Amino acid sequence: MELNQLMFFLLAGLILFFSVLAITSRKILRAAIYLLTVLIATSGLYFMLNYEFMAAVQLTLYAGGIVVLIIFSILLTSHISHKFEQPALANVFAGALTGILGCGVAIWSIIKFPFVTTTQPALVVDMKVVGTQLMNTGDYGYALPFEVISVLLLAAMIAAIIIAKKGN
Amino acid sequence: MDFNIYDFTSFTTWVHNALTSSMSPGWAMFVELAIVGVVFIAFYAVIGLYLVYAERKVCALIQNRKGPNRVGPFGLLQTIADLFKLLMKELIYIKNADKFLFNLAPFIVIIASFMAIAALPFAKGLHAIDLNIGIFYLFAVSSLGVIGILLAGWSSNSKYSLIGAIRSGAQVVSYELSVGLALLSIVIFSGSMQLSTIVESQANGWWIIKGHIPAIISFLIFLVASTAETNRGPFDLAEAESELTAGFHTEYSGIKFAFFFLAEYMNMFIVAAIAATVFLGGWMPFHIPGLDGMNHVMDYIPPFVWFMGKTAFIIFIMMWFKWTFPRLRIDQLLKLEWKYLLPLNLMNIVLIAFIVLMGWYIK
Repeated sequence: MELNQLMFFLLAGLILFFSVLAITSRKILRAAIYLLTVLIATSGLYFMLNYEFMAAVQLTLYAGGIVVLIIFSILLTSHISHKFEQPALANVFAGALTGILGCGVAIWSIIKFPFVTTTQPALVVDMKVVGTQLMNTGDYGYALPFEVISVLLLAAMIAAIIIAKKGN
Repeated sequence: MDFNIYDFTSFTTWVHNALTSSMSPGWAMFVELAIVGVVFIAFYAVIGLYLVYAERKVCALIQNRKGPNRVGPFGLLQTIADLFKLLMKELIYIKNADKFLFNLAPFIVIIASFMAIAALPFAKGLHAIDLNIGIFYLFAVSSLGVIGILLAGWSSNSKYSLIGAIRSGAQVVSYELSVGLALLSIVIFSGSMQLSTIVESQANGWWIIKGHIPAIISFLIFLVASTAETNRGPFDLAEAESELTAGFHTEYSGIKFAFFFLAEYMNMFIVAAIAATVFLGGWMPFHIPGLDGMNHVMDYIPPFVWFMGKTAFIIFIMMWFKWTFPRLRIDQLLKLEWKYLLPLNLMNIVLIAFIVLMGWYIK
C-alpha cells in the first residue's frame, strides 16, 4: 500500500471512529472533544489534497472557532458531574434510520458522480484566484452569497445584542 | 557535504539526497519527518528553558535584583535544575476530575504550539514546511491552544480553574481578531501569505520601515494583542495568582504543570517570531538601498542570528510589558479589544488598502 493511501485510511478511520464516539458519549465535553478530533482529521484530508487554504479554513473556523464556542458554552452551563441519560429506544431507532438514509444518499451520489482520473500534477491553489472569485459578480462568482451571508450575520449579531441587553 | 551557514538549501538537499539514495522514498520521507521532529523537540526544550531564565533575569533587572545567580555561571543552569525538580515531583490525581480530559489538556496546548513552530522560517532554506498560506496556517493553529486551557479549567473540577478558563476563553477569542487583522495588513503590503515570499519581499527594507505609519500601527496592535493571546501579563487574568491561585492550571502538578509553563513560553517565542518575520524582515539582514558597503557588512551576520536576534528583541519587549504594567480587569481587557483595538485595526486595514492602491509606500 502506498503512503498516500495509508494516510487516507488513517485519517478516514479517525474520522469514522471519533464521529461514532461523539454521538455515543454520555459526557458532553468529551463529545465536543471527539468532534474536535473529527474536524482536525478532516483538515488533514484537505492537507493531503494539497488544498492548504481549505485546511486552514477548516482549522480556524471549525476547530478554533466553533468548537471553542461550543466548549465555552458548555463551561458556562454544564457541571462536570452531569451525564446524559440513555435516549429512548424509539429515538435511537429514528436517529439510526435517518443516519442510514443520509449515508445512502451520500454514497449513491458519490458512486453516480463521473470522476475523471488524470495523471497531471496537482494545481497550486492561488490565493489571489480564490480572493477574486469570492468577490466576483460574473460566472461562478460568489459576490451575492457573500453579501447575503454578511446580512445574515449582521442580523444574528443585532439579535444577540438585543437578547443580551434584556429589556431596555 | 556542503554546509553553508548563509544558505541551508544545499545542506537540506544533501540530507535529502543522502536519504533517498539509501532507502525507498517513503522511508526517506519518514526519516526526514523524524529528524525534523527530534530537532524541534530539542529546540523546544532549550528555548523553553532559557526563556524562563531570561524572564527571571529581565524581571530581576527591572526590579533591581540579581535574579538566579547560584547554579552555574550567572545562574545559567538554574532552569535545568528546576526542570529536574519538576520531572521528579509527584503527579497528583484529583478524585472528582474527568481524568481523560484532565490528562489530555496539557498535550493539546503543547501540540498546538508545535504545529505553529513547524511553519516558521528560521533562516534561508531552514524551513520545515513552506505552505502557500503560511500566515493563515499560523493564525489557524495558534487558535487551537485555547482549547487545552478551556479543557484544563473544566476537567479539574475546581472553581478557580473554571473561572480562569472562562476568562482565558473570552480573552483569546476576542484578541485573536486583532492578531489576524494586524497580520492581514502585511499580507496586503506584500501581496502574499507565503512566509518565504514575505521574507523575500523585505530584502530592500523591512515592512515596518517600508510601510511607515500604518505598518507601525499594525505592529503595535500585534504586540498588544499577541501578548494578550499568549495569556501573559498584563493580560494574565487567566492565571491571576493573587485572586485565582494559579487559574486554569491550579490543580496540575509536576511535569503536567511544566507542560503548561513551557507552552506559555513557547507561545511567546512563536508570536515574537511571527512578529519578527512579518514586520522586521525575519532572517533578512538590515539593508538600506544605496549603501552597498553597509549592506555587505550586514550580510556577514548569518540569517539565523538575525532571526533569533529580532525574536529576542520582541520577547524582551513582551517581558518588559509584564513587569511594568499592572494586571487589567476583565472589563478593561474586553473594552480595550472591542472598543479601541478592533475599530483602530479595521480603519488601519482600509488605510493600508488605500496606500497600496496609490503606491504610497517604499517599494
